[in-house]
Amino acid sequence: MRASHTIALIALLAGLFAASLAIPWHPLTSLMDQDASLGTAILVELRLPRALLALTYGAMLGAAGAAIQGLFANPLASPDLTGTTSGAALGAVVTAYLFGFSAPLALSTGSVAGALGALLLLLLLAGPKAETATLLLSGLAISALAGALTTLALALAPSPFAFYDAYDWLMGSLVDRSFSQAAFAAAPAFLCILLLMRVRPALDSLTLGEEVAEAMGYDIIRTRLWIICLTALGVGACVAICGAIGFVGLVAPIFARRLTGGHPGRAILPAALIGGTLLLAADLAVRTAPLGRTLPIGVVTALLGAPFFLWLVAHMRWRLSR
Amino acid sequence: MTMLVEARDLTLPGRLERSSLNLAAGELVCLIGPNGSGKTSLLHALAGIGSPGGEVRIGGDSAKGLYPDRRQRLLTFLPASRDIKWPLKAKDLIALGVAGRADPAINADLALDDLLERRVDRLSTGERSRVLIARALAPRPKLLLLDEPIANLDPLWQLKLMDYLKARADSDSQAVLLAMHDLEIARRYADRVIVMNEGRIVADGDPRQIFEGPEIPRVFGIEWVDESWEPAR
Repeated sequence: MRASHTIALIALLAGLFAASLAIPWHPLTSLMDQDASLGTAILVELRLPRALLALTYGAMLGAAGAAIQGLFANPLASPDLTGTTSGAALGAVVTAYLFGFSAPLALSTGSVAGALGALLLLLLLAGPKAETATLLLSGLAISALAGALTTLALALAPSPFAFYDAYDWLMGSLVDRSFSQAAFAAAPAFLCILLLMRVRPALDSLTLGEEVAEAMGYDIIRTRLWIICLTALGVGACVAICGAIGFVGLVAPIFARRLTGGHPGRAILPAALIGGTLLLAADLAVRTAPLGRTLPIGVVTALLGAPFFLWLVAHMRWRLSR
Repeated sequence: MTMLVEARDLTLPGRLERSSLNLAAGELVCLIGPNGSGKTSLLHALAGIGSPGGEVRIGGDSAKGLYPDRRQRLLTFLPASRDIKWPLKAKDLIALGVAGRADPAINADLALDDLLERRVDRLSTGERSRVLIARALAPRPKLLLLDEPIANLDPLWQLKLMDYLKARADSDSQAVLLAMHDLEIARRYADRVIVMNEGRIVADGDPRQIFEGPEIPRVFGIEWVDESWEPAR
């Protein structure tokens, strides 16, 4: 990626982050005029965690999507396809019934455990040397199973409130999260993004096929495990706090590769930057849209992402049929 | 003669029985055998693919545990599959693993100059073959392992590539081991021929001796009659 692109992306991200803190501007300034400590509290305890979560979750989804698409050599792959997101959601819903939605540590643990459980099932089903198609199909089956179990858990909700909480959370939201909750998502996510950067050369070499990558000295089985574990941990930690947010992990890497000459590994960092930008922008749009009430951000990313996904499928089919 | 490549007791469970071979610098060796005889497995074992047993030393060094950049200067491998799904430009693909130090002379020799800016997934199979061969040559490895390099190439390019590989083996003191099915090309270009059958090396020697000996009819079920190979009666 050219330096000018990196600087432009970082500037855009920083601008959106600042806007996310400042908008809407008038309530904040009038509060500041009346009581500076109240204004600061709004800024630090409400808006900062929300902006931080949007940035972190978006970046994690972008980086995870880039890594998974490179691993599967498939631009339609994303954390949803390895069962990571749905496993994490199931783990979190079950934990929430036991400990409530306001216990971030328990929720994170449950969510990461769910994501790792999905991963272990994936390895059990597909085996450590699985071919891409087997891995994708197993991921799809696990997603369906976890989705069904989550619906079952909803149907068996201990109380209408628990049902409503779980349903609301499943739609994905960044609203009313505390700073410590944000930290529970941000710390593992940033660590995972940093560690994912280590597989960049291996992912680039995988474009030549697994045989060549192995002949070049990369341990493909370890690379695959590393990517699946890191995405499970990072995405799981974010899902625990914000619920499932779709399509960012699919869209961000596709844009990122336009900036990196198509190299899948080199796209990890730009995909993280673009993912953060997309989610910050989506959250800002949700907050400023004149609809009278706030839409769940997961619904917005799905509404924008699904048509993009459909376009992508149609585009690929059109290209294949030429 | 000191040997550039010394491979001892190579095995791949279920695919390759204990095999040893040496290759000299500047030597072009053709690996022949029927489908499923273990040619690819032997190349895999030499390239360290699939956790093979045994030891490979190239110029006295083991390639095990080396960083990709250094390892590629010891050996590179061209797989039989030319299927590249990822939309990379040809020049970026060639530069993978050589840290951007791709050799423009190799690209020119393989007539790739007009293809470099094009996406590999949109090239014809023959064009993509030449790009992938350039990728394997780019790090100037001591050992070049090529699985069916002339498959997919037109007749002129088959001859041009073999001439080129032979010249490069000489000038760069490389050892070149290539698996192929074309016995005529093997006979014409090989300094040495290795015959494989059922996961084992069954003959290894001078091309003339191999092609006049009993191994080809025994292993392939064909015989040399009136200037061409015919099914053995």
